[in-house]
Amino acid sequence: MSIAVAFEKARAEAGPAGRERPGRALVVGCMPAGFPTVEGSIASMKAMASAGVDVIEVELPYSDPVMDGPVIQKASDIALAGGVRTRDTLRIIEAVAATGVPVVLMTYWNPIEKYGVDGFARDLAAAGATGMITPDLIPDEAEEWLAASDRYGIDRTFLVSPSSTDDRIAMTVEHCRGFVYATSIMGVTGAREQTSSAAPELVARVRAVSDIPVGVGLGVRDGAQAGEVGRFADAVIVGSALIRCVLEAPDESAGLDALRTLSADLAAGVRAESDALAPLGSLARPEAAL
Amino acid sequence: MTASLAGLLPDVAGHFGRYGGRFVPEALVAALNQLDAAYRHAMADEAFQAEFGALLRDYAGVPSLLYRASRLSESVGANILLKREDLNHTGAHKVRNVLGQALLTKRMGKRRVIAETGAGQHGVASATAAALMDLECVVYMGEVDTERQALNVARMKMLGATVVPVTSGSRTLKDALNEALRDWVSTVEHTHYVIGTAAGPHPFPAMVRDFARGIGVEARRQCLDLTGTLPDAVGACVGGGSNAIGIFHAFVGDEGVRLYGFEAGGEGIGSGRHAARFSGGTPGVLHGTRTYVLQDDDGQTLESHSISAGLDYPGVGPEHAWLHDNGRASYLPITDDEAMAAFQLLCRTEGIIPALESAHAIAGILKIVPTLREELGREPTIIINLSGRGDKDVETAGAYFGILK
Ligand SMILES: Cc1ncc(COP(=O)(O)O)c(C=O)c1O
Repeated sequence: MSIAVAFEKARAEAGPAGRERPGRALVVGCMPAGFPTVEGSIASMKAMASAGVDVIEVELPYSDPVMDGPVIQKASDIALAGGVRTRDTLRIIEAVAATGVPVVLMTYWNPIEKYGVDGFARDLAAAGATGMITPDLIPDEAEEWLAASDRYGIDRTFLVSPSSTDDRIAMTVEHCRGFVYATSIMGVTGAREQTSSAAPELVARVRAVSDIPVGVGLGVRDGAQAGEVGRFADAVIVGSALIRCVLEAPDESAGLDALRTLSADLAAGVRAESDALAPLGSLARPEAAL
Repeated sequence: MTASLAGLLPDVAGHFGRYGGRFVPEALVAALNQLDAAYRHAMADEAFQAEFGALLRDYAGVPSLLYRASRLSESVGANILLKREDLNHTGAHKVRNVLGQALLTKRMGKRRVIAETGAGQHGVASATAAALMDLECVVYMGEVDTERQALNVARMKMLGATVVPVTSGSRTLKDALNEALRDWVSTVEHTHYVIGTAAGPHPFPAMVRDFARGIGVEARRQCLDLTGTLPDAVGACVGGGSNAIGIFHAFVGDEGVRLYGFEAGGEGIGSGRHAARFSGGTPGVLHGTRTYVLQDDDGQTLESHSISAGLDYPGVGPEHAWLHDNGRASYLPITDDEAMAAFQLLCRTEGIIPALESAHAIAGILKIVPTLREELGREPTIIINLSGRGDKDVETAGAYFGILK
């Protein structure tokens, strides 16, 4: 399924009352490929999807993930130490996409450049991925990627940040297709700080120039917070909290159980009525990176 | 063409040919733009240049001497001139860059600086500038490096900086850089990231070069004063590339002057344990810039190895990548053992204990002298950038030579 179709379906659902936009937000769940093993990561992603995660974001493990906090770093290190290769990531995407869930890849740029940009776009499309998120590639440097992603019909997600100027937000969303990723706080994944107003403000700034769906990420831990973010975002992106289910589990089946429980909680969160949700501001709680 | 282009590069987006640029999270773009504007403004501002120049002169001891090393010259059969950056305050060329960036930090109204460090030299220089200018300073340093450069850790702490040992990845310079970037993504409003070398996203490679390029401007003039001619060659060690681009830049337009960069060959290219990006790496993207990188077939960064912490880095500044590809400069690997032999030679012939990094430059020049003599049919005149002094390396060198246990 393409991500555009997934957004359309979610918009057509009843959704919580009082939400800015029709329907409900999608839940995007992130998991590094090959963590803790190739088969283990496929099982995790399938479990997430079957328990209510709408879109699987596969992260390609990279040696120098500067946008990621300690949890994703650790999971990526485990995957790399296990010998996972770029080709394995494509194989994982293929296995997960075959179940019908939309799959997007999140990847730092160097592994793609090394693989060959055009060839990677071709193989990514063949594996069944619908889009690709590029945390360290800005449209200014993306000429080759723009051409390759157009050629093979891969959606492009670039990031916008609270520090982006209005001009840059407009320029960035113009180059996105599928959805744009709003990094709601200034910080790395898993970190949580600053005021809760940054995220809705940033989303509003995107809405002022474009109709493109907006995904909001960084720091969502449970259904209540997902519901809160889902009130103003089109997609709620959850990474570290899901990965921690696997990292902290005593064995694989306990990890899958924890993943299913959290996935179901997140899915319920984006469907719940506002008064059942955590009060706005719970997202503002300062907390060290986890 | 190379010569005329050199004065113009990078382009406005920070590209040196196909290298350089900005491969960063969007969250950093605003800060990089702010920095770029402040840097451009400062470069054109006489008041800034005067303040920077006075600080370098009165505080850091610049211009450093250009010293004719007679006994070394005699022993190698070349006329060797040493650019004595080891005599600068804090003991290395790095002080030029940090004083420039600290002044810019104040201009941007920021109160906190962060830095990454390998050998500890850049950390010490950053802590020094922060103390002088009343800025809060946090230095990220790989845990492995905090152990092999314990003396510099103590110096940074004495100067009032906080040193954060980095335990992720290979626990060396590249991981310290990752951690500093992560800090910066969340603190960019009030914090300036003082990158310690001519690498990273635009405008760092150009800006760090411009703060360091006085080395070459001075050396060129000093050489003319001393010998009446330009040198036949200029040599420097290349970690991230700041001391090398600092001394090269003023000579790029002098076509008769050969430029040599020496990178860490570690235990030899064949061993896989080295930091030779040009001999053992390929073009890629690391830490915000496109350049030569030590990487595997999947584009994962490989760990680098060198006896010298300051050269132990898997990437290199993009301007060097450009000078390499267009042939204006040559880059050669020097093994740990070759560097240590040169280290000892300089100690014994000149009474100068060099930094292990700088020892690579001495060793490199020793290697190319025979070829140069043959080509020129006479004794070549060569400027070597003695980028730093070896006090910080006494423990490593002492262990290598069996003087210390
Ligand atoms: C004395 C000295 N020389 C050289 C270097 C290498 O850095 P660069 O290549 O930026 O000059 C270092 C780095 O710490 C250093 O301390």
